This record gives sequence, structure tokens and C-alpha cells, in this order.
Amino acid sequence: MAGASATAAAPSVPVVAGPAAGRGYKRRYWPFALPATIVIVAVIVFPWVFTLYMSAHEWRIGSAREYVGFDNFLRLAADQRFIESIWHTFYFTALAVVLPIIFGTAAAIVFHRKFPFRGVLRATFVMPMMATPVAVALVWTMMFHPQLGVLNYLLTSIGLPPQSWVYSVETVIPTLVLVEVWHWTPLVMLIVLGGLAALPTEPYEAAHIDGANAWHAFRHITLPLVWPFIMVAIIIRTIDALKAFDTIFVITQGGPGTASETINLFLYLQAFAFYNMGYASAVVVVFFAIIVVLSLLLLHTRQRSKWI
Amino acid sequence: MSARRLKDLAGRIGFGLSVFVLVSPAVLVFLWMASLALKNEVDNMAYPPVFVPNPPTLANVTQVFEQNNFLQYTINSVIVSGLATLIAIAVGVPAGYGIAKARAMRFAVLILIARMTPGLSYLIPLFILFQWLGLTGTLWPIVITHLVITAPIVVWVMIGFFESLPHELEEAALVDGCTLWQGFRYIALPLARPGIAVGAVLSFIFSWNNFVFSAVLAGRETRTLPVAIYNVLTFEQVSWGPLAAAALLVTAPVLILTSFVQKEIVAGLTAGGVKGG
Repeated sequence: MAGASATAAAPSVPVVAGPAAGRGYKRRYWPFALPATIVIVAVIVFPWVFTLYMSAHEWRIGSAREYVGFDNFLRLAADQRFIESIWHTFYFTALAVVLPIIFGTAAAIVFHRKFPFRGVLRATFVMPMMATPVAVALVWTMMFHPQLGVLNYLLTSIGLPPQSWVYSVETVIPTLVLVEVWHWTPLVMLIVLGGLAALPTEPYEAAHIDGANAWHAFRHITLPLVWPFIMVAIIIRTIDALKAFDTIFVITQGGPGTASETINLFLYLQAFAFYNMGYASAVVVVFFAIIVVLSLLLLHTRQRSKWI
Repeated sequence: MSARRLKDLAGRIGFGLSVFVLVSPAVLVFLWMASLALKNEVDNMAYPPVFVPNPPTLANVTQVFEQNNFLQYTINSVIVSGLATLIAIAVGVPAGYGIAKARAMRFAVLILIARMTPGLSYLIPLFILFQWLGLTGTLWPIVITHLVITAPIVVWVMIGFFESLPHELEEAALVDGCTLWQGFRYIALPLARPGIAVGAVLSFIFSWNNFVFSAVLAGRETRTLPVAIYNVLTFEQVSWGPLAAAALLVTAPVLILTSFVQKEIVAGLTAGGVKGG
């Protein structure tokens, strides 16, 4: 949904003029949103408020609740495991944003051209995005198996050394990124493809007459025009990569050791393995702040950045 | 002339290769999933790996249904995703209409922030709430939490859809003395059917795929499919064949659904960049 931030953040569409376009006119439509508002307040706004309240309490399930002020946050700041999980999250996110953006943009340029069976091939390319993450993660787990896995067989059969994939501290996060890239490159492709479809043809004709080659046309016409769409894709990818959970949880559960424990995994353990509800709520608050700050930073650069 | 033709041919081959490279990771993973699901246990554990099931066997599939409560989990998943989608459509379609008409962008921003919040963070308060209400052990907590995914998707898709509809018909009807509700019910709603279909399919898929809500809230009897196959892996140590068969059974409905309405879904996704959870 963040993709539509393009329309939500800048409601530049002119409001229908005329006598009907007043505040009263708007108000008459509010009842339509009432049922949805009730649902959203119950399942989305209530949890936000309750989480804030709980983050100021020490509360394990089954014992009494105790007000502790900012203690949970101070404890978090000193919790080495939490600090490490932040770095794991950033490392994972950086890779899981940059790689899908590069591959997705390249794929969009390919699928923008007309060629036989384009519809079928594009549908195939998009499939990973809709596949059930847990199901796919299980298949990846089997493919990563160091002795019996098909990936090491393929590597050795072309003369490359076998990898330890998710079984070593060094390669676990890049390996998890591989799965993430497989899953979400199609989303980037679709967004950028939408941008390419809206491109005007005149600049290309002019450039062709001026003798520009394909690379120049891409670098100086396509990229600047599609850049806003790529920025939207970057923002969506950043939010999703920060929140990544299913595949990491199923494939490694944060291991080996805590080598792939991201903030989300740390949060899960605190809340639903140790039942430290107050402490976990504080993690939620910090996690949410990180997501909001990064999103706002990206939105800010999006408004200023022009591809030169 | 021939040099130019050669260059043209080389370009086409290069382009064909790049299409091949792009599509093959998707194809290979799904094919490997199918291969593991249709091979017998000896071939699945063979090294070097056996690629083509020979002969293909359905033993893994039958084992999944016989040794686990898979039918029960499938029914759970259908009930949860179906109900969560229905409720989301019931509340989300009028809301999308109202927001599009009133241009209530603040409401839209609220939904955006909901999109940014990690799914897990809704779970702590709701988990406690459901314990207080004594709802644990039923499917209701899972249906209700899945609204976190489905309601924003439907509202978001419908805002975009109603904004793109022409307003003239309703305005004419309003001038003729029809109420706002009638304008919505008899004019906008019939026109919005394609949008509702896209919203419903997307919210069903993302609810079906969701793992974490049921992982936390479901008991033994109320597991949805993703949780069920995960538990098969960790607690019962089943061999690869049945596991891959289970994974295939969970993903197949989604992939089939997607391929039927691919164009519409792509349109809906690009309009919103929708993704649940």
C-alpha cells in the first residue's frame, strides 16, 4: 500500500469544483467509512495505544503488572543482543533493498519490450511474489542442505566450492537475502514497469535523431523519468525488508546462534517465547520509530532527489 | 548488410537469454518443489540428486492427509481467509467509497502507517485481549487479527478504484432526488464489481499466506495451513517428500488463483503496491 503514498502524500488532484465541494459535502460521506473505522480502531489503533501503555510496564504473563516508566527503554539501550539485532536488520535491509531494485529495474526494462509469450513469461516471473512464504522457505531449507541440497550439487558440478549457506555465521544473512530477492524482485519489476508504461515517446525520437545510443537514452531519458517510481519501490522495499519475518523464522529461527536474529525475531522471542510483554512492547516502540524515521528520510530524499 | 543482420541476430539472442535468466529462478524453485513432492524417499535422499521423479508417486500427498490433520487445517485456512476477506469487503468497500468522495486523505495516511507497522506488534495487545475475553482456542482471534491485513488492502484498492470511476452518473442521480446511500448502492456499487474482485482476491491471498498471526494464536485444532506445515517440519521431523508435498498443496491454490486473474491483480498491485502483514 505504501506505493500509493505517491497519491496519498500529495493529493494534487484538483477537488471537483462547484457548489457541492464544501466541508458539509465531505461530511455527508463520513457514515460510509464508519464500519471500517470501528474495525481499524479495534484491530490497529487500539494495539498501538495499548503497546505504548505497556512499554512503560514490567509485565510477564501470569505475574502482576508494575509501572516502571522508561526502564524498559534503558534496559534495551544496554541489551547487547538487541543492539546486535539492529545491526543484523540493517545489514539484511541494505542488501534486500539494493539487489531487488537493480534486478527489478532490469527486469522491467526487459518486460517493457514486446516479444512472443511476454504475457505468460511475465506471469511466471511474478509468481514468487504470490507464493506462500512459509511453503517456499521450507523448499529453500531443503535446497540449502549442506550435504544433500541441490544448490551445493549444482555449484560443485560447475566447479565451484560448496557453500555452507545458512549454516555459517558469515553467509547466513546473504543467504536469507537471496530468498528475499527471489520473493520480492517481482514487486519492484511491477512498480517500475508501471513507470515505463507512462513514458512519453518524443524524447526518444529526438535523441535518436541526435544520434544518441541506447545507453545514453537510458541514462539520460529513461532513468530520470522513471526515478520517482524507483523511489517508491525503494521505500516499499525498505519497509518490507525491515519487517521481514516469515522466511527468517522458518529457515534459521535467528541462528546459527543469534547470527541472523533481526529486530523482528528478537521481538518474537521476547513476546512469545519469554512472555516479557512489557519489554517486548518497548521493542515494538523502538522498532516502529526506526521504520518511521527511515521512511520519512526516504520520502524526504524522494522529494528533493532528481537523477542528474 | 550481413554484418548488420548478424548484429541484429546477436541482439535477439542476447535478449532471449536475459528473459531466460530472469524467469528461470522462479521456474526452478517451483519445479524443485514439485520434484521433491512427487519422488519417493530414496530418490529424495539420493546424492547426486534425482531431478525427474521416475516413476512419479502420489504417496507423499496421501501421507500428508493420512498422518496429519491436514483436511482440518485446510478447512481452518478457508474459514479464516474467507471470513476475514468477507468482513473486509463489507466494511472496506463503503469506506473506500466514502474516502474517495470526501477526499479524506487523513484516513488514507492512517492506513499507510498501519502498512508500516510490523505485524507482530499488533499481536502483543491482541493476544492479551483475547486471553481476557476467553476467545483463545477458537478461530475468532485468528479471523480478527487477519483483518489487520485484509481491511487495509480492500480499503486501499477501493479508494483507487472509486477515484477512477466517472462521477457524472451519481451526480445526476443525486440531482434527481436519490439519497447518497442509493447513489452508492445502485450506481457506484455495480460499477465497482471488478475493483471488489481484485480487492477480494488480493486480501484472500495475503491472508492465506500469513504465518505469524496464526503461529502465535492458534492451538492444535485451530492451525492454519502455513503454521501446520511449519509444525510438521520442526516437531514431527517428517522426511522431505511429504513436507514438499504439503508446501505444494498450500501454495498451489494461490498460484492457480493468481494465474487466472493475473492482469487484474497486476493492475491492483501496481496501483497500490499492496502487500499484507
